[in-house]
Amino acid sequence: MYIAATRRADQAGGRTAVGTSRGFTRNVPANVLALGTVSLVTDISAEMVTAVLPTYLVLTLGLSPLQYGLLDGGWFGVTAMVRLLGGQIADRTRRRKLVAGTGYGLSAVCKLGLPLVGSSVAGLGLVLAADRTGKGLRTAPRDALITLSTPTPHLGRAFGVHRAMDTVGAFLGPLAAFAVLWTTHDAYDAVFVVSFCVATFGVLLLMLYVRDHREPAPPRRSASLRAAFGLLRLAPFRRTCVAAALLGLLTVGDTFVYLVLQRGFDIPLRYFPLLPLGTAGAFLLLAVPIGRLADRVGRFRVFLGGHLALLAAYLVAAAPTGGHASGTASRWAVLLLVLGLQGLFYAATDGVLMAAAGPLLPVHLRTSGLALLQTGQAGARLLSSVVFGAAWTLWGAGPALYAMGAGLAGCLLLARRLLPSAPLDPEVTG
Amino acid sequence: MKRALALALGLLVLVGVAVGYSTFAADRNEEATVERRPLDLTARGRLVFVDTNRAGGHRTVADTGLDTPAAARVDSGLRCERFAVGAGTGVCLQTRGGPLPGTDALIVDANTNVKRRIELAGTPSRARVSASGNMVSWTVFVTGESYNKTGFSTWTGILDTRTDYTLINIEAIPLTVDGKPYHSADVNYWGVTFAADDNRFYATVGTKGHTYLVEGDYANWEAHTIRDGVECPSLSPDGTRIAFKKRSGKSTWRLHVLDLATMRETPLAEHANVDDQAAWLDDNTVMYGRDRNVYAVPADGTGAPRLLVTKGASPTLVR
Repeated sequence: MYIAATRRADQAGGRTAVGTSRGFTRNVPANVLALGTVSLVTDISAEMVTAVLPTYLVLTLGLSPLQYGLLDGGWFGVTAMVRLLGGQIADRTRRRKLVAGTGYGLSAVCKLGLPLVGSSVAGLGLVLAADRTGKGLRTAPRDALITLSTPTPHLGRAFGVHRAMDTVGAFLGPLAAFAVLWTTHDAYDAVFVVSFCVATFGVLLLMLYVRDHREPAPPRRSASLRAAFGLLRLAPFRRTCVAAALLGLLTVGDTFVYLVLQRGFDIPLRYFPLLPLGTAGAFLLLAVPIGRLADRVGRFRVFLGGHLALLAAYLVAAAPTGGHASGTASRWAVLLLVLGLQGLFYAATDGVLMAAAGPLLPVHLRTSGLALLQTGQAGARLLSSVVFGAAWTLWGAGPALYAMGAGLAGCLLLARRLLPSAPLDPEVTG
Repeated sequence: MKRALALALGLLVLVGVAVGYSTFAADRNEEATVERRPLDLTARGRLVFVDTNRAGGHRTVADTGLDTPAAARVDSGLRCERFAVGAGTGVCLQTRGGPLPGTDALIVDANTNVKRRIELAGTPSRARVSASGNMVSWTVFVTGESYNKTGFSTWTGILDTRTDYTLINIEAIPLTVDGKPYHSADVNYWGVTFAADDNRFYATVGTKGHTYLVEGDYANWEAHTIRDGVECPSLSPDGTRIAFKKRSGKSTWRLHVLDLATMRETPLAEHANVDDQAAWLDDNTVMYGRDRNVYAVPADGTGAPRLLVTKGASPTLVR
């Protein structure tokens, strides 16, 4: 099935822009819509598990919050390696779909692993690590396929559509999980089995409807690990990586911002889980229009603008801890503003960065390059949460946010000088 | 066309598996031996606990005699993840499903009828009622919004049933650490235990990597640390000792007893990892949940653990 599908993809190529649909998906290639659907379905599955996992681990298995935290963290190095390796394999074999599919498949199987390992902490750790390995494997090849399937002028919109579809899945996941819990009287294993079925459906969709982009092999065997890191010799790409990592270092994790908001605004605890939904909602609404905007006015410009929105979010969120919170209505307005700004930040950076970086990379190393960029950014963000956690403890939430904001402002100025503004090189757009 | 057919076929199989398994999981047999009726939370000598017998399903409050680990149990049908009782007042931490999941703290009367429901966020962690039934406390913990992100925060509340005054989160209580006023954003409280006067209480405060035992004063609203490395305290009925869990590894704990007069701590004869807020069976015996069972061990460090209730958690002996 896989080979048959890729043969057709060879003939069709990835660049046939399908212009039959209107509005939301206008000028978005069928392959991107297919990848978006796969992401949507996969995210339903993933978020089903995310929604119930803390309760499952702590209540049903009796894990303490600390054990849960240990299970949770510490896998970054593994996923980073896997991501780079996956990018390499995808580029070498030019089988991006196969590598992405392996990642999706691995994550699907892990959903079944959860009930099977029972309460073994080591077993749970392995399953969660494998799940994240799957996630690490699939992200870069998937994004590379999006860039290879879309004409460069429409990349921002294509990523916007993909990320918006992904977010729809994230919204539906928890609802699906609680529907299963409700109908089965809290049978967590049923949630995992249903999640597995949903994820498997995602893999099936990928196999049947996503087309690989298998360009002819490059003249020399140039897709080596050395060549991948050699991408950093390409000045525009290197500068993109440095800028993304710098900004990532000053990006405060969402959870921290929500905690600051909860304390600063005295949000009733039962509404706490709603805060991420606010950010995701804004992201969902803004991803496509901001992606289109990025296509028109320049992706790096929008990427920087997104960080300005984040800076504004910090300042507003930190303000009430400085003592000038007023009436209830205005507090809610400020709250919505912060969540909206965070959503705007994600809409202007997540897919937009990939859309901006994709064309900077030669086709035969595109997956490796995107993996490198994503890993650098993720590593920087991981470090930032350690730094921010320490700053919060030392100075308190408000001052810590102001400090991160000041750093972010400085890095924005730096990044503005760093980021390539030159028009895209037609040689490497493939 | 072939693709659509393959997709439809796959969908059919997957829906079949999902629905089939869910149906099986929903219909899993409950224990036939369980008798269902309201409990009498004032019946002296009964051991009230959360029944963890169901494979994947609801955990409910039950009680049993103390004769054998597998003694006949009476099930109230009240769904709780954590439960505690004192003089006919019970607190039940119940998870709430739906699009806005969280935990409710239910205050129940002597016949396990719900009197009050307090909406909280997060996952149930600890629950306690003072011996008089006047003071109620609970802890929930809230994680980040995704399992790809680390970190959790505890929220501990206290309710005075005489006035119905409820504090959802006590972490703003003025705290002194080693005698000095202390402020830090990362302060988390968990595992409250009340003294007989319904005013003094002990709890864990976690901050900057330390887990201190704090002594709190409800009326004067202040708390001060008295010892480092103590978690989930539980005051003995005679008020002289505190059973607690002490870190023995990266994520393992061992039960100890602290003598409040001499401040000497004694490791208990339970060598396995115990992550629970212990409870006192009597002045000489501590009980606790481990591996979904309830065990008891002498409070002086001698003897050996013995199985008290199979498939149970959150034990309280009705006095």
